[in-house]
Amino acid sequence: MTYYCFICHAPYSPVVSWQHVLTLKNLDILCEKCRRALLCISGETCESCGRPFQHLDSSYRQGPLCTDCIRWQEDEDWKGVLTKNRSVYLYNDFMKEVVSLWKFRGDYAIVNVFQEDFSREFFRHFDDTFLIVPIPLSAERLYERGFNQAKALAELLNLPIHDILTRHHHEKQSKKSRRERLQTENLFQLAEQICLTNRRIVLIDDIYTTGTTLRHAAKLLREAGAKVICSFTLVRS
Amino acid sequence: MRFILENNRLIPEPLAKERGKEAIPISCFEQLPSFPVHPHFSFSAELLSFLEGKQLLLDELPFPIELLQAHYEQGYIRYEKGITKTTKGCRCQRCGNEETHLFASFFCARCQQPCTYCRKCVMMGRVSTCTPLIVSCMPVRGQMYDDALHWHDTLSSAQRSAAETVVHAIEHNEQLLVWAVCGAGKTEVLFPGINRALQLGKRVCIATPRTDVVLELAPRLKQAFPYLPVIALYGGSEDRGKTAPLVISTTHQLLRFYKAFDVMIIDEVDAFPYSVEPMLQYAVEKAKKEPSSVVYLTATPNRKWQQEIKEGKRTAVTIPARYHGFPLPVPAFEWCGNWRKAVKKQSLPRNVLAWIHDRLAGQRQAFLFVPHIELLEKIVAILKKLDAKIAGVHAEDPERKEKVAAFRKGELPLLVTTTILERGVTVPNIDVAVLGAEDCIFTEGALVQIAGRVGRSAQYPSGDVRFFHYGKTKEMIAAKKHIERMNKEAAKRGLLKTK
Repeated sequence: MTYYCFICHAPYSPVVSWQHVLTLKNLDILCEKCRRALLCISGETCESCGRPFQHLDSSYRQGPLCTDCIRWQEDEDWKGVLTKNRSVYLYNDFMKEVVSLWKFRGDYAIVNVFQEDFSREFFRHFDDTFLIVPIPLSAERLYERGFNQAKALAELLNLPIHDILTRHHHEKQSKKSRRERLQTENLFQLAEQICLTNRRIVLIDDIYTTGTTLRHAAKLLREAGAKVICSFTLVRS
Repeated sequence: MRFILENNRLIPEPLAKERGKEAIPISCFEQLPSFPVHPHFSFSAELLSFLEGKQLLLDELPFPIELLQAHYEQGYIRYEKGITKTTKGCRCQRCGNEETHLFASFFCARCQQPCTYCRKCVMMGRVSTCTPLIVSCMPVRGQMYDDALHWHDTLSSAQRSAAETVVHAIEHNEQLLVWAVCGAGKTEVLFPGINRALQLGKRVCIATPRTDVVLELAPRLKQAFPYLPVIALYGGSEDRGKTAPLVISTTHQLLRFYKAFDVMIIDEVDAFPYSVEPMLQYAVEKAKKEPSSVVYLTATPNRKWQQEIKEGKRTAVTIPARYHGFPLPVPAFEWCGNWRKAVKKQSLPRNVLAWIHDRLAGQRQAFLFVPHIELLEKIVAILKKLDAKIAGVHAEDPERKEKVAAFRKGELPLLVTTTILERGVTVPNIDVAVLGAEDCIFTEGALVQIAGRVGRSAQYPSGDVRFFHYGKTKEMIAAKKHIERMNKEAAKRGLLKTK
């Protein structure tokens, strides 16, 4: 049988080790070259947002936090809204291409590539007592894409998913500055009246860039009574 | 998009809300009804011109669905299935893909059910079970251009006779293979044929697998046909959505065309990786009109085609000599032992090192071809000890353009490379060597192209071509024979300069 790499489509021979035989672990669906190009975040990271400190200029760091997170903490409105963020992969050039193929070109099946790393990293930072809440898309954007990438990621965890947020249609986030993003009124609404008192929640999304989207969602959930709101994303840009 | 069928007419779901019938994905209908053209309909010229000769997704059409539906009901456009069922599985109607591993399914927010899509052409926007492809029912009409060609260069006698054959094939809607050696000047050979096509009001497309070839050809054609609308289509091109009597396109962009061209010219038909891909062939079949002419250009036709030419099953014309009239440099084979073992020990076989030494001492620039990227890096590290300016370049090298440019300027004495430079890159006065010519990546075609880098300019028509190997292969022998046969034919036809 010929194996074709799930990303570059080139034929390859999967590496078989004793682990695969003994634990019935699935063979990698990526060729070695593509797998090596996906880099998991490791080493020292910002305690709050999970940003890797490696390759980050020291002027962007103060003790255990990055300067972005310090800015969030100095803001009375946003202080402590999001307990912590953790992400799986570095947003390198290869990852940018893969995410673009997956999310914008619409190659849904790419999500399978992240299965193992996404699940392992989730359970390293969280556990199944957390409520899993994917960041929703607006109805218009969902129709345009055909699928919600955050939900596709959440499904990799094999835990119950709580679709308790909805989102109105706005212009794309990426076209706005940080200030503009902060000033927009909350992007999200609660889908139904639901009691979140003392619940612990993990928001799932594809990318943490400035953290504004996630904080908007977190704020709403906090107002509804949730005690701890964290986030877990595929990449940290 | 889902549709309902009512009175033998397809109606898109958003326009059919109150009718109470269940809407289903387009690919689930047995048959898709279409209508005869209603001549008194006041059609949208803008829509018909946008869709002329194209097969597009709804997402690619900047028109409201009501307008499209009206044109459908009046017989001006048709809805087609994006994915069709076959006995083995599925076929993508846009790119022709039938390989099971290049289809995937997901729960689709558009059709609210599991939906199968083609992963092969997903870069061009997703085609899935619920995706209609929109085509125009109006035939594509050309415009006549009487004297579009403004070009006063002269053709060699071999080029001229090939050009005449191309003109004949275009006039008679025939297929033709132009087998032109590397450096024959095959682009110019097309000019009279394209000019004739334009005189006859035919639409012409030049298709090639690679964006860099599109970018290289476009300015040359715009120069030769200065007053003609010429567009270049590739990923990210500004000409997207436009139409012209002369189109230069990559294979992928060609997938958006439908019965659009009277003349299809396929350049570098054997170029990796499309020679093994049926997609180009599918795109060509879809984009050409019936009847039409197809002209294939290549320096290295594959075995099957060579055989067909021999048996007279395929019409071909050869240009066995270069435009400057000097013979092709013939490769010399040199056994170099187990060179991979030497590389492991941070060294290279003695005769390979001697060859490189000679180039450096004689200040002759050279390419050294190696089979794989991993080897390339190790070999560059070894050679940098001889001369720190020696560099390596491979297909995914982010500095690829800069390195090739530096080599052209003469700043680098030797460039170690994988097969990416085998075609396209022309630098005057160089030598070429292959290390590990026995590797299976070096096919007859690849080796002929590699040898074809040498002696391209009229000032420096010769140079050294050396294949270092650890055991001769059939491919190496076929490549050498190929080159010798071309030289022989050129001599026989009196196309070579006599000393």
